[in-house]
Amino acid sequence: MKHGLRYFLARFVMVRVWALAILVGVAGLSSVPSHTAQAADPIRWAADASADVPYTFHDLKDQSRLTGYEYDLMQELGRHMGASLEFVQNDWDGLIPGLQRGLYAMVICGIEITPEHAEGIDFSAPYYMTSERIVVRRNGPQLTRLEDLDGHVVGTIKATQAERILADHPQVQVRTYEEETNVFMDLVNGRTDAILIDGPIAQYYGATNPALQIVGEPIGKVAYGIAFGKGRNAALREQVNTALAAMMKDGSLHRILARWNLWTPEMAHYAEDSSTLDIAPTEWQAYVDAQQGNAGWSARVKRYVGFLPLLGKGAVLTLVVSLLSMVLAVGLGLTLALLRIYGPAPLASLAALYVEVVRGTPLLIQILFIFYGLPEFGINLGPFLAGVIGLGLNYAAYEAENYRAGLQSVARGQMEAALALNMTHIQALRFVVVPQAFRLVMPVMTNDFISLLKDSSLVSVITLTELTQTYIRLSSTYFDYFGTGLMVGAAYLLLGLPFVRLARMAEKKLAQPHTRRR
Amino acid sequence: MHTGSAFSVNEDPIVLSAQNVHKSFGEGDILSGVSLEVRKGELISIIGPSGCGKSTFLRCLNFLEIPDHGTVTAMGVTIARQGGAWRRADEAMAHKLRTHVGMVFQSFNLFPHLTVLENVLLAPRVVKRETGTEERDEAMSLLEKVGLGRVAQRYPLSLSGGQQQRAAIARALAMRPEIMLYDEPTSALDPLVAEEVLGVMRTLDNEGMTQIVVTHDMRFAEVASDIIVYMDGGHIIEAGPPETLCVNPVDERTRRFLRTVL
Repeated sequence: MKHGLRYFLARFVMVRVWALAILVGVAGLSSVPSHTAQAADPIRWAADASADVPYTFHDLKDQSRLTGYEYDLMQELGRHMGASLEFVQNDWDGLIPGLQRGLYAMVICGIEITPEHAEGIDFSAPYYMTSERIVVRRNGPQLTRLEDLDGHVVGTIKATQAERILADHPQVQVRTYEEETNVFMDLVNGRTDAILIDGPIAQYYGATNPALQIVGEPIGKVAYGIAFGKGRNAALREQVNTALAAMMKDGSLHRILARWNLWTPEMAHYAEDSSTLDIAPTEWQAYVDAQQGNAGWSARVKRYVGFLPLLGKGAVLTLVVSLLSMVLAVGLGLTLALLRIYGPAPLASLAALYVEVVRGTPLLIQILFIFYGLPEFGINLGPFLAGVIGLGLNYAAYEAENYRAGLQSVARGQMEAALALNMTHIQALRFVVVPQAFRLVMPVMTNDFISLLKDSSLVSVITLTELTQTYIRLSSTYFDYFGTGLMVGAAYLLLGLPFVRLARMAEKKLAQPHTRRR
Repeated sequence: MHTGSAFSVNEDPIVLSAQNVHKSFGEGDILSGVSLEVRKGELISIIGPSGCGKSTFLRCLNFLEIPDHGTVTAMGVTIARQGGAWRRADEAMAHKLRTHVGMVFQSFNLFPHLTVLENVLLAPRVVKRETGTEERDEAMSLLEKVGLGRVAQRYPLSLSGGQQQRAAIARALAMRPEIMLYDEPTSALDPLVAEEVLGVMRTLDNEGMTQIVVTHDMRFAEVASDIIVYMDGGHIIEAGPPETLCVNPVDERTRRFLRTVL
């Protein structure tokens, strides 16, 4: 019977492929944002505002407002250039790949100008000069010089100048982190004895924490530059350099840095500006005040209520991404399973290969590959679409195996009975075999959907601010992993529960005929 | 009851014929040139020891099993096989042939996810795209006919074996076949329950349905058949009306088989 089935399966698969194409088309239309740059469009720049105090971050008092000394600098830069600039949020790890993909023209995110960095990107002239600082616990070992760090566990941010400096001291046990907040949490909790980190971070995270203090002399020299894609936007870079020079000359950069309490001797030397401005460090003070306002319980509760709209937004994105991915996974998974069982040999082994490759590689890499890798072949997907396709293609492999097991456990006689009733193979599959297989795999599918709901957090690496990304942003801004964590956990649970209930109902309905068995 | 006999001249037209059907699985030949002609309204029983090829032969008649060689004609639809691949055009012909041939299986093969009524209605709806209330009425009357009117809304697995097999017959009849094939329809049933099913088959025989039954039930074969066919080793050894074949078989193998089962 296998021969006949192959012809019909080919037709069946075609229908599936069309359905998929339509799905992709629809999703493509609704994908946000579109990346078609037009002449009148604002110049797009990116930073990771999820936890980046004091560079670009969400105002502690009002999460919907962006602030930071680099954010202010960019506003000023726009005025000097007479251009309108548009901010794009991206994850730290995705900032430079996004630049190369042309998602935006420049990145400003405290990126140090180093020879290594300059290999992959072009830099503007430095816009800020600072140095590395040592931060320790007030009641811990007082390690004031680099040499004192030997034999101690020292934290810093990965792939930074500080990390490189520490690498020259083999006696130091270096622990690297993705995020500032975690570096300081571990020092406070005694997991590390010291931190070596860029001046602004030491000041905003260390000096504001009563348990910590900055010690010793400034170490080394750090210069930040605005990053441009390698060999791209040379004209824009010139414009930016001109505007930066003007900002140093007319004192507007000095004024911004003074408001943030970040004017340094290195900066004064670099800008050839030894003046002292009569400007109060208002932004610094506002940050310190907001930090102290965090303590009380009523303030905390008030803040949590303020999180709700953000969490809601993240939850909606999580749900939409998960649902669309699941639709894709079910459609493609079923097609793969049918091909593996009923398809002609070459297609069947292709389907098997797909399953093995996709199951055997990490989902994170697949998503990054689709978003950042495929553009090299001219396939330029928006983050939303890339996320849905990445998750969908991955889960399709797992669904395919579920359905294969399901289809194979439907008795052979069912297909024969349907054929004997003069149904075609396609009709037999559609009305007899597949519905039974689906009932069998229903519980497993529910399971998969719930883990998909959680795996959808991986799309945060391609600029989508879903639930987990919202959690990271909020918790690290407020140093509050506990309360925020409970809220986000509850949000995931609430999202998953309806599907668990739905599956229970379906299972009950499906169990009915069997329970009535004599 | 229809009384066809090899000795009386039967004027009824031949509705199904198989010529020189061969089938092998891997090494072994299951069917080595089987031929059979069936006239309208006949009830033919095929008997023989396990593994003699009788079920395979029956399944070759509606191409659930594809013969390697040989020709099958049913209600004027002919499919000739001379080895080689089973092509799309062949599948289309088999589809055409199956419009005339219904089949009932040993293990019923009802669709467990559908009610009894939905089981009967599915094929007419899907294949013939008949979705009106007439179809429903006809399905109900078929279920009444096999004595299942009261359980139409129940799921197959909640029924007894006899009820399930009668439902399977009703399901096949809903496609209005001219010929019915039965593959050991009562082997999974105890004798009392089997009687319900055999009763339905007798009723159909009285109404002039052409039926071919692969069976182990010699009593039924003897009483109800117009022709009994004895198969052994992939051949038809002999065929004839029960009064001849059962009382005075020609071949030694037939004689030996009948001794063991009667």
